[in-house]
Amino acid sequence: MRSLAIGGLAVLAALVAGMQPSRGAEPLIADISEDLIAITTGFEGSDLLLFGTTEGEGEVIVVVRGAAEEVVVRRKARVAGIWINRDDVRFVEAPNFYHVASSGPIEELLPASVLSEAQIGVEQLVLETTNALDRDDAEAFRAALIRNQQRRGLYNETPGEVSFAGGRLFRTKVSFPANVQTGPYAAEVYLVDNGAIVSMTVTPLRVSKLGFEAEMFSFAHRQSALYGLIAIAVALMAGWLAGFVFRKA
Amino acid sequence: MNIYLPIAEMSVDVFLILGMGAGVGFLSGVFGVGGGFLMTPLLIFIGVPPAVAVGTEANQIVASSVSGVLAHMRRGNVDFKMGLILTAGGFVGSSAGVWLFTALRELGLVDLLIAICYVVFLGTIGALMLLESVRSMLRKRRSGGSGRKLHQHTWLHGLPFKVRFRRSRLYISALLPLGIGFAVGVLAAIMGVGGGYINVPAMIYVLGMPTAVVIGTSLFQIIFVTANVTFLQAVNNQTVDLVLALLLLTGAVIGAQLGTKAGARLPGEQLRGLLAVMVLGVCAKLGVDLVKTPEDIYSIGEGGA
Repeated sequence: MRSLAIGGLAVLAALVAGMQPSRGAEPLIADISEDLIAITTGFEGSDLLLFGTTEGEGEVIVVVRGAAEEVVVRRKARVAGIWINRDDVRFVEAPNFYHVASSGPIEELLPASVLSEAQIGVEQLVLETTNALDRDDAEAFRAALIRNQQRRGLYNETPGEVSFAGGRLFRTKVSFPANVQTGPYAAEVYLVDNGAIVSMTVTPLRVSKLGFEAEMFSFAHRQSALYGLIAIAVALMAGWLAGFVFRKA
Repeated sequence: MNIYLPIAEMSVDVFLILGMGAGVGFLSGVFGVGGGFLMTPLLIFIGVPPAVAVGTEANQIVASSVSGVLAHMRRGNVDFKMGLILTAGGFVGSSAGVWLFTALRELGLVDLLIAICYVVFLGTIGALMLLESVRSMLRKRRSGGSGRKLHQHTWLHGLPFKVRFRRSRLYISALLPLGIGFAVGVLAAIMGVGGGYINVPAMIYVLGMPTAVVIGTSLFQIIFVTANVTFLQAVNNQTVDLVLALLLLTGAVIGAQLGTKAGARLPGEQLRGLLAVMVLGVCAKLGVDLVKTPEDIYSIGEGGA
């Protein structure tokens, strides 16, 4: 089951709207270079450019989130000398991608309470589990989830940099690795000033398999019996062809 | 040059995969085994999910076994009657194996099952083969001839349903090849192998088949068993990556042809000794991985979503 990780965002948007009396000009405009990342045969990951302008003073924080999915984290234990997956914890909704970038150190831009409410920064992610855990285990499994996702390049380890050009134009690069999941993503841009969120925008984007890749995947899942038979037929023909060619040689 | 694999959902180097296919294909041609016992661990080492490695490798072995069996058929080295009985057992065994595989995958234990199967079976078979080939090499050197008894009678020969296998010059119970076929089928499904390394020694030592027809007959059975595994893995787990399989088999069928020719020129005892050493090598590597403290004892489970 996939659903966008913007549950808390609706609350936040309302909060921002209440805080800021509307001005004539938009305080924050942001866009991305592509709103569709296509996984095709040559896909090796993709870099997006996220850019925009701000009206007036402020720093910028960018958060890109993937869809929230159920994730199982397993812990090995030694049983009779062999390492075996022993305990597992099910996280109900963990984003399958998480990237933060900012124009300054996040902790200095916003107080902890605001960071936590908006889930800005990997430490602030709300990761609920279905299993009842004691404090140590909860901490360990949570850290393991984040560590493993960082190792796969799906959560960024160090916050990226948002750079300003000409005072109000900002830009940042977001890298998606080759193992990125398909589905909806959301790029959130926050304009912050004096320890508060002044404005925010959300730009949706998608990662999709396209063309041959997409057709093969859906064929394998929708008509798996036919797919299996074709796989066998292809193998039989290839083997026969090779035998035939080499006999002549 | 990289290519994105649609089912494995990862990007791999085309030439690495082709090279792996050719190298393993060559060995499979020389030894008359499917080569899966090397390829499946290799695929897992480069990051292919174990379930996809097993399903895809079964598909690839279909192709390399077909091209291998053709070469043996031309020389008349296939006992079809024996092959069909082995296949009947293999169908039942491989179906049971895929069922077990699917069940353990849900529990996150399939990687462990694969590794333990490899260590136990490769270790046992490898050690036995190494012993046998060293012993026969020594015996040959000492006496210059074969001192091996042509035919040994054991309780196995008292089993009912005796059938005459003309090509193999045997008169034995059909239950024996059925049982061997079943066991090989289970392992094929779980380990992503053809099962040649079980088949070949079992046919030589348990059935007492002449060495000349063993490899061709084994390949014949492997075609049907791995085809069944391919089908069942595709239906139950959607873990057969056709793009990966095509790349592997492109390399493998070429390698296997060259290997079959090379194998015909090499002496049997040394061949068996060499295969035994390789089997033990893979076994040792996997065994160490089971016991060694992992870098991170936590991992994200596959198939959790």
